[in-house]
Amino acid sequence: MARKVVPIGPFHPLQEEPEFFRLYVEGERVVDIDIEIGYNHRGIELLSETKTFDQATFLVERICGICSTSHPIAYVNATEDLTGVKPPPRAEYIRAITGELERIHSHLLWIGLAGHFIGYNTVWMWTWKYREPVLDVFERFSGNRNHYAVMKPGGVRRDFPEDVKDFALKVMDDLEKEMMWLAKAVPDDPVLVARLKDVGVLTYEDARAYGAVGPTAPASGLAIDVRKDEPYAAYDKVKWDVVVLPNGDVYDKFIVRVLEILESIKIVRQCLLEMPEGDLETKIEEYPPGEGIGRHEAPRGEVFHYVRSEGGNNPARHKVRAPSYNNIPTAKVTCVGGHIADAALTLASVDPCYCCTERLVVVDGNRRLTAQELIKLSIEKTERLRAKYRGRS
Amino acid sequence: MSAVENIKGKFGDRVRVFERSDRRVYVDAERKDVVEIGLYLYKDLGCRFVTASCVDTRRGFEILYHFSLDETGQVISVRTIVPHDDPTIESLGKDLVAVEWIEREIWEFFGVEFQGHPDPRRLLTSEDRPPDFHPFRRDMPRTRSEDEWRGK
Repeated sequence: MARKVVPIGPFHPLQEEPEFFRLYVEGERVVDIDIEIGYNHRGIELLSETKTFDQATFLVERICGICSTSHPIAYVNATEDLTGVKPPPRAEYIRAITGELERIHSHLLWIGLAGHFIGYNTVWMWTWKYREPVLDVFERFSGNRNHYAVMKPGGVRRDFPEDVKDFALKVMDDLEKEMMWLAKAVPDDPVLVARLKDVGVLTYEDARAYGAVGPTAPASGLAIDVRKDEPYAAYDKVKWDVVVLPNGDVYDKFIVRVLEILESIKIVRQCLLEMPEGDLETKIEEYPPGEGIGRHEAPRGEVFHYVRSEGGNNPARHKVRAPSYNNIPTAKVTCVGGHIADAALTLASVDPCYCCTERLVVVDGNRRLTAQELIKLSIEKTERLRAKYRGRS
Repeated sequence: MSAVENIKGKFGDRVRVFERSDRRVYVDAERKDVVEIGLYLYKDLGCRFVTASCVDTRRGFEILYHFSLDETGQVISVRTIVPHDDPTIESLGKDLVAVEWIEREIWEFFGVEFQGHPDPRRLLTSEDRPPDFHPFRRDMPRTRSEDEWRGK
């Protein structure tokens, strides 16, 4: 059977950001994949060296729109590791609330997109509707639906007002009911299960070898989560669990995210109710020469910042590693061997954030499929499965 | 035995271990030993590879390979210096797939050659950059015209 190449990218409606995946297919099976990145490369690490330590917080917030507070949290953790300063307790609770609300809205967005990729537009519309009140909480708290500008080295910039607290508690209660419903509805739908189960499997060994993080890793049985392994903010002061599942397929990655939303709701609720009074920041007097390493469990996994100081006002080196950098290469083992119709979903299952990673891919060959054709293939597969199940009942 | 004790026990004089805090460990080593230490951390101690950073300092290119020991929450960073006049080091990416991309990135931005790397291509910038385009090096001018960047 002749080898054909299927391009997904670089600019295409199926993925939110430009990147290029070259899939080599024989018939309907994917036999190889090449990933090229760099379309969103903006030179942020070099730019950081021209900013002061405080300004760098705002710079890294703009690395990503959807995980916007993840980079600032990791960065301020790094500056606090460098200077030995600890933020006051109230600031730690506010950091945890911000981080978890972000996880909730990011996962809801992903669930909607996954639904869209397989033709379940109802799931898409509903999850994005559930997402709106969470963004409203952010807007009332920080003034913005994304890019909240809450973090600063040593503490937080804004307080969480009392009236927003009550509103947020109500939003959490409503969302919890909606998520419990979703958590039961997905396994009940045979077509969804058929589309997601045993698709794009990432084994435990491969997850370790690629350094996979985030929901991708626990879905393959790798129980890691920076919030538990190296606690920061208020994560060790409230009760919650890490969700781990064994199979590593898209279904497990889906369920891990649904259950993580429920855990995040628990964290936000406890933080809102238990948040102590007090200062919002500990002043950092100086940045001594040295280095700091800070991490945060973003919605997509561990964000890692390394900050080097030579005693001046600016970072001498600021290395940023976003979780998708380690997760996207796993596509090499999860896509290969699968069907073309599953490729788009498998690539999306690690919840790639390209702005965080800067990726691109190239395609060549005789046959070219556009993005529309790929979505069409995916939806057609769902329709075939639906017809099969309808025929049975 | 703790991870630090294990590392000291296995490598003895070939490393200098510095515990900056209970969660931050730095292992200084010669560049020829880095692959062995890295694989020991990954295979024997069960660490997870996080990323690698490179800093251009007066002593040379300082490369740190960061590993995370998730059971204890420690970050163990293996530090080595690669001299400016001979910027080569054996690739860890050829043995551990998680390291492949970051070694490409360090080559791309600093010009450090990772010997034995399976895929030595540019990662983040386009292929039409001139071969000496390593923008993080301290001796690279920070501003150039577009034609100069493109090697014209």
